[in-house]
This record gives sequence, C-alpha cells and structure tokens, in this order.
Amino acid sequence: MKEKIRIASGQGFWGDLIEAPYKQVTAGDVDYLVMDYLAEVTMSILQKQKNKNPEYGYARDIPGLMERILPVCKDKNIKVITNGGGVNPKSCANAVLAVAEKLGINGLKVAVVTGDDIKDRLDEILASGVELNNMETGEPLTPYKDKMLSANAYLGAFPIVEALQKGADIVITGRTTDTGLTLAPMIYEFGWSATDYDLLSAGTVAGHILECGAQASGGNFLGDWESIENMANIGFPIAEAFPDGTIIITKHESLGGRVDLHTVSEQLLYEIGNPAEYITPDCVADFTSIQLEDLGNNRVKMYGVKGKPETEFYKVSCSYSDGYMASGSLTYSWPQALTKAKAADKILRQRLKDLNLNFDDIRTEFVGYNACHGPLAKELPEDDINEVTLRVSVRSHDYASVERFGKEIAPLILTGPPSVTGFAGGRPKPREIVAYWPALIPKNLVQPEVKIMEL
Amino acid sequence: MKIKLRDIAHGRSGDKGDAANVGIIAYNEEGYEIIKKYLTAEKVKKHFDGICKGEVERYELPNLKALNFILHNTLDGGGTVSLMLDAQGKTLAAALLRMELEIEDKNQN
Repeated sequence: MKEKIRIASGQGFWGDLIEAPYKQVTAGDVDYLVMDYLAEVTMSILQKQKNKNPEYGYARDIPGLMERILPVCKDKNIKVITNGGGVNPKSCANAVLAVAEKLGINGLKVAVVTGDDIKDRLDEILASGVELNNMETGEPLTPYKDKMLSANAYLGAFPIVEALQKGADIVITGRTTDTGLTLAPMIYEFGWSATDYDLLSAGTVAGHILECGAQASGGNFLGDWESIENMANIGFPIAEAFPDGTIIITKHESLGGRVDLHTVSEQLLYEIGNPAEYITPDCVADFTSIQLEDLGNNRVKMYGVKGKPETEFYKVSCSYSDGYMASGSLTYSWPQALTKAKAADKILRQRLKDLNLNFDDIRTEFVGYNACHGPLAKELPEDDINEVTLRVSVRSHDYASVERFGKEIAPLILTGPPSVTGFAGGRPKPREIVAYWPALIPKNLVQPEVKIMEL
Repeated sequence: MKIKLRDIAHGRSGDKGDAANVGIIAYNEEGYEIIKKYLTAEKVKKHFDGICKGEVERYELPNLKALNFILHNTLDGGGTVSLMLDAQGKTLAAALLRMELEIEDKNQN
C-alpha cells in the first residue's frame, strides 16, 4: 500500500481555467487528476447537444485538454478521473482514445462508467411505483414526464474504484458526485471498505474541498482577499491523502493562491445544508466533526472526520423545459443616471403592456446601484452616481412575447431618456428555461456499469 | 457597543435550489462566541427583509468557528429559473457582512 497519494483538482466547473489541469500535472508531483465538469444545468445542455448529434453530449474541452496532458500523465503515471462524460461518456472515451492514437500513446486503458442515465427508463421506473417526487415541492413527476430533458442518478465512488481495479488510466463517468471523484482513488489505493464510514467521510470532505477548484486555494475568498498572492497564476488545491483518513490540503509551491484555515473553511461552508448530514451515495459525512490544523506553508491538515452509513437512495437530478427568458441592459450616465434608468424602465413596461404581451414575471435591476444587495445596498446620493446599468429581464411560457421583448430594448436609445449607451450585444434572444427536478430513487433500481476501452 | 460583523468574520454563499446558503466564519474563538450568541436566525431573517421570503435555518459548526444559514425562498425560483443578476446568491455572504451587532461591552462590567 502506498504511504500517501496526492490528488489534484483540475477543474471546478465546465468553463473553468483551461490552463489549470496542465499546471496541476506539470508544476509538481501528483498521482491523480480529478476534474468536475457537471452542474445541475450542464446535463440538460449536454442532452440537447446529444439530441442534435449522437456523438456529442460530453464536455468537448476534454479531447483538446487530453492532447496536452496525456503525454505528461503517461510519463508520470498520473491517472485522470472526470465526470465530463456527461450524458455520453462512451463518446468521450472514444474521443480520448483517438487523441491517444494520434499522439502514438499505446496501451492506454480508458474506463467508462455508465448506468446513471435513467431518462429512457422513466416509464418503467414510474410504473414500478417509484414516483420520483420533487424533493423541494413534493409534486409527483408523472405530469411533467414528457417535458423531461435529462434524468440522471448521482453515482458514488465505487464504480470508479472498480474501474481503477481493472487497471484504468483514465476514468470517464456521467453523473458521478463531485466528491466521489476524489474519494475513489483513496478507496482503491488504501483498500478502504464500503463500511469504513469515517474514512469514506474523510475522503468525501476532501472531495468537497477539491470540487470547486481554486475556490479552496484563495479564489473567491471573502476574507483578506487582497493579500492573496499571484492570483493570476493561482494553484488549484491538492489533497494529500493518508491511509488513516488524514488529509493534507495543499497546492503546488510554485503557483499562486493560498491554502490556510480561512480559505479552506470558506470552501467547507460552500453550498452545504445541515452540516451534520452531508449526504452522498457513499456515506453521510458529519462536517461538525472536521478538525483542521494549519501546518503553515500552504498546508492544512484535516483529521477526525466522522460519518454514518449511506442512505438507501440515490439522488436523481432531472431537468425539464419550463418556458423562456431574456434579459437586456442599457447604461445611463450622469447627470441623474438613476432617474433616467428608472424613467426608461417605466417607458419600457408601458410599451410591453400596450403590446399585450404575456409574461410570468418582469424584473428590473439597477446594476451599479442595488442589483446585488437590494434593500441592503447603501443609498447613494443621486448626483454622485456616474452611471447605472438598467437590466430588465422577463420570463414567459410564450416564446413570441419573450422574443418581442428583445426588440423593445434598443429603441429606448432614440425614444427615451438621454445619455444612454451600452447596447452592443444585439437584441437579447429568448433562452429556454431549464428547470431542475431533484428526486430520490431506491438504489436497487440503478445499476452502475464499468467498461474498459483499450488502445 | 456596536461591532461590524465584517470585522470579526468572513464567509461564502451559494445556492441550493431556491434557497441560498450563507456560511459565516469567525476569525477567532472570541469572534465565534460573539456570532454564536448574537447572530441569531431571527436577526438574519430581519436583515434580509425583502430578500429572503422564507424561513431562515441556522446550524452551528464550532469546530470551524462557523455558522451556516439556509435562507429559504430567496433566489426567485432558483439558479436556472431566476431572473436575478445574482441568481445563485453568490453575493449574499457579503450582504450579511454588512450587519452590525449590538453586543455587551465586557469592559463596562
């Protein structure tokens, strides 16, 4: 058994710093590179791409990224684990193998984890009596069934462990939990069992720290953010894991950013609910048991993590089409910037009303004045504001109304209050609203599958 | 005496459906004792009057010198549906740090 393994976070979301994974595998030693690409809305976007082209449906940044990092990973024996397979992990794996072939890399084993996608099985699942009620509203799914764009169960770490046991160099999954990507190599390397709940929870907490990339190493830090050094070349976090569940969070020395008690604590608090019950398919981790110790030099030791057995359910994330939205902006300058923006908003709303358009909601925000903190924003004296951006957004189930709204923004420039600018992006186009449907499914209705593809 | 929350704590916020989570972390033990005692769910709910339209839940994490608040019914339907500029509640931790707390002055006892 290895004495320790180093797991590097390479992406915090799809669209994160493209250079980060490359720097993680080149600026120092690591054993694993883990990359989280999937947010709730991402699956529906990928499903739409797959509907248009059956070869798509995965994070298409991956082949280009692999072209850069595969030679390094092969050379240094770094394994790559990602959920960027989206709704088409197999196509993603094919694309990666094509890259390997082009680079002349032989003997590469790419594992594909599937079984999370239950969209085509919804009828069968609903017929079995599982209603997939919305966890937030309690509504049953059946009336919405035909509108569903995607439906995926969140798989845990163990299918990835199986892939590693089968010798995979690269593991590509669909909807696997962000935390499972980091936990899996620990289970595999240290032989943790499925009932070592404290250990599984330690790995899960490490996964939570790594899953948002540099947000754990100085990015988006609300403490003394100005003291974070070299953010331009920020180092993404690395989890140094030990067999007893001790984890040291760190980063490559030569890269910027900071790993200390404060930066790590902020990430631990990010998007959690009840901290005593952080539920994953692998375990229920207790965040109130986490002990942190600052070792200095960008090293934070985490230990003492406790956990409980996993639940009998997988969480399911479905998405469905729920109308359209559009958002348009114009910027008004001093003098009376805010007064002008407010007058323009009033004129626009009158025109929308006279056109008898149908909206579920119209929202007006004054960016530069109070768009972020609303009534909490400090009231600035009218004449002190240099400029304010009027941002108007609409939501409707009627496409034509949203489309027409987009045509009513630009005319305000010549038919409304003066000293207005900032309409360079063209007419706001209606965007489909993809609503999110969280549900639970008994685990026995989902069968994860692991397949090895080899070059 | 009055203290500014941002002088004793930092934090981070994000979305959980239509709810926002706001984590507030004290810089030291003394700060944690203050937020534990004075930064109640009721005060947070009142602070976010007009923003948070639902309940506020509060959880304590003494190990991290932190409190976690869940602000229900806050994000205009949630991340993908919301028309808000800050549809994911990313700036709400900063908004909570605007708060001032009236605390007992130890030196006057």
